[in-house]
Amino acid sequence: MPQTLYDKLMSAHIVREEATTSLIYIDRQLIHEVTSPQAFEGLELAGRNPWRLDASIAVPDHNVPTTDRSSGVSGIEDPISKLQIETLDKNCEAFGINEIQMNDIRQGIVHVVGPEQGATLPGMSIVCGDSHTSTHGALGALAFGIGTSEVEHVLATGCLWQSKSKNLKIEVNGKLNELVSAKDVALYIIGQIGTAGGTGFAIEFTGLTIQNLSIEGRMTLCNMSIEAGARVGMVAVDDKTIEYVKGRPMAPTGKQWDKAVTYWETLHSDEGAHFDQTISLDAKNIKPQVTWGTSPEMVVAIDGVIPDPEKESDPVKAESIKNALNYIHLKANTPINTVIIDKVFIGSCTNSRIEDLRIAASVAKGKHVASNVKLALVVPGSGLIKKQAEAEGLDKIFTDAGFEWREAGCSMCLAMNADKLEPGERCASTSNRNFEGRQGQGSFTHLVSPAIAASSAIAGHFSEVK
Amino acid sequence: MMEKFTKLSSIAAPLDRANIDTDAIIPKQFLKSIKRSGFGPNLFDEWRYEDHGEVGMDNSKRPLKKDFVLNQEQYQGAKILLARENFGCGSSREHAPWALEDYGFKAIIAPNFADIFYNNCFKNGLLPIVQSNDVMDELFAFKGEITIDLATQTIRTDSQIYDFEVDQERKRRLINGLDDIGLTLQYADEIKAFEVQYFKTYSWI
Repeated sequence: MPQTLYDKLMSAHIVREEATTSLIYIDRQLIHEVTSPQAFEGLELAGRNPWRLDASIAVPDHNVPTTDRSSGVSGIEDPISKLQIETLDKNCEAFGINEIQMNDIRQGIVHVVGPEQGATLPGMSIVCGDSHTSTHGALGALAFGIGTSEVEHVLATGCLWQSKSKNLKIEVNGKLNELVSAKDVALYIIGQIGTAGGTGFAIEFTGLTIQNLSIEGRMTLCNMSIEAGARVGMVAVDDKTIEYVKGRPMAPTGKQWDKAVTYWETLHSDEGAHFDQTISLDAKNIKPQVTWGTSPEMVVAIDGVIPDPEKESDPVKAESIKNALNYIHLKANTPINTVIIDKVFIGSCTNSRIEDLRIAASVAKGKHVASNVKLALVVPGSGLIKKQAEAEGLDKIFTDAGFEWREAGCSMCLAMNADKLEPGERCASTSNRNFEGRQGQGSFTHLVSPAIAASSAIAGHFSEVK
Repeated sequence: MMEKFTKLSSIAAPLDRANIDTDAIIPKQFLKSIKRSGFGPNLFDEWRYEDHGEVGMDNSKRPLKKDFVLNQEQYQGAKILLARENFGCGSSREHAPWALEDYGFKAIIAPNFADIFYNNCFKNGLLPIVQSNDVMDELFAFKGEITIDLATQTIRTDSQIYDFEVDQERKRRLINGLDDIGLTLQYADEIKAFEVQYFKTYSWI
């Protein structure tokens, strides 16, 4: 029987099947400092050891400062952040887990580091105590976020109980317009299907448009599957995937490589495989996107206007538009490209990879951040991306244009470290969530692509690339 | 391994309120902790103490709200908590059952529970029991020791026996002291056998 990619990945990992749930084997667990301390404590209290040490790799990212790190972990000002990072270091040492520490050049956002190091391989089952684990599906892996109890469960047993999701195919065909990126595709899809559109599903993104995306672009797209309600987002393995993985530090070599590639080449949905739902979209309809409200589905094209609740026939939707506009201090029918911004954030597990920085730098080159923009931050996804960008002179382009160039981490995406918005500040952000207070209490987040973030920083308001 | 839950005899602390949310059970400032244990002293922090609680305070020196049920002499050592409708509503924080368990509670009896909280209880060895409002009134009025027998699914006072419902799989896990991890480790041999085959096929992982 023809199988979908998701079905293939699931069945390869089933250890035991019960009536409504299966015990699946986990190849890789990624660990960070926020959702792991209680899991490690649980192991310790129960006198348990990790099931398989080389399944795990840890890296601090949520709480790390993006400013000067020359004094190491002991130099972190916020005592709670410091303790969480010290605890991760201590736990990894005590249990013998491979950790990339804060001042290691390879440190970065867990979902950037995994693929970069080859810790993420096609066909793997990958979990992490973080909902954006869907990112890794871009390499044809089965990857999803879990809670703290499950982090402990995977550490202790190497497995996880899972119920099977339904299959959703999202097919995008046609050629993307110039300067329309994977981020715009992701936001456009969420705008079309809504933040619950993928609930209960594993999404496979297919079609020519997806095939033409770089691996980095596919990661951006899969990253935001969770904002469409799906814990899993995937793209089938192709030559680009294999080319991307080749030579990564943790990727197989020699005969093992050849054997792996033979398997990886089977990681696509079979002809005629059954999908519970299929959605087809045309790339030519996708323009650069900007969110206007407090949910990722509240999104318009850069030349669009903010919706009017009076024109919305569904009373529930009308109410949510009203509430969002009330929170975010914007009026219905306002063209989004006239909205003034206070800050800009380029970074996060969605958009902090080298291609994102290249695009943003190409837009910013020779220009300067507008005088009303108080802060424009560029936070690379990893130390290695930072180094690569510096080798290409991108840091100089950014700093000459008035951007700040920082150390790698999650930073202002979730504002757990010192990088946050003040109440009432409006931010053009390349991150993934625009919930109330996400980037700081009483602040306003608008999700955009790196190109739009850079062009808006220059213009001082949301702006197409000129 | 979680502690096995078979039979429990204890006085019950009557917390006569509806809609007790997880923010009230354990306020947000305590979520910054890196521990799963140690939340007990801050259980119901705002109701229990006169001052505002923060992480790192010496709770034994804080002024108590004398009227609050957990501060009353006769309810010290209570392992059963009585409450009203919709117990555990609000945020999904697993810190709420962690705090109740750390304080010493083993069972909560209420007319109904919020879904997520109800599920979280079983992951942490706590037994949530549903009883009708009428039975709750009788339990609130009763002052002696209550016995909960999970095997027979009964609650006994000196004069009454009440039955309760519980999912059989969850009951099995509680009675055997199996947390999810304990249960999965029953299949350790199966997992090992799987691994042998798996790493033969996918030898590069």
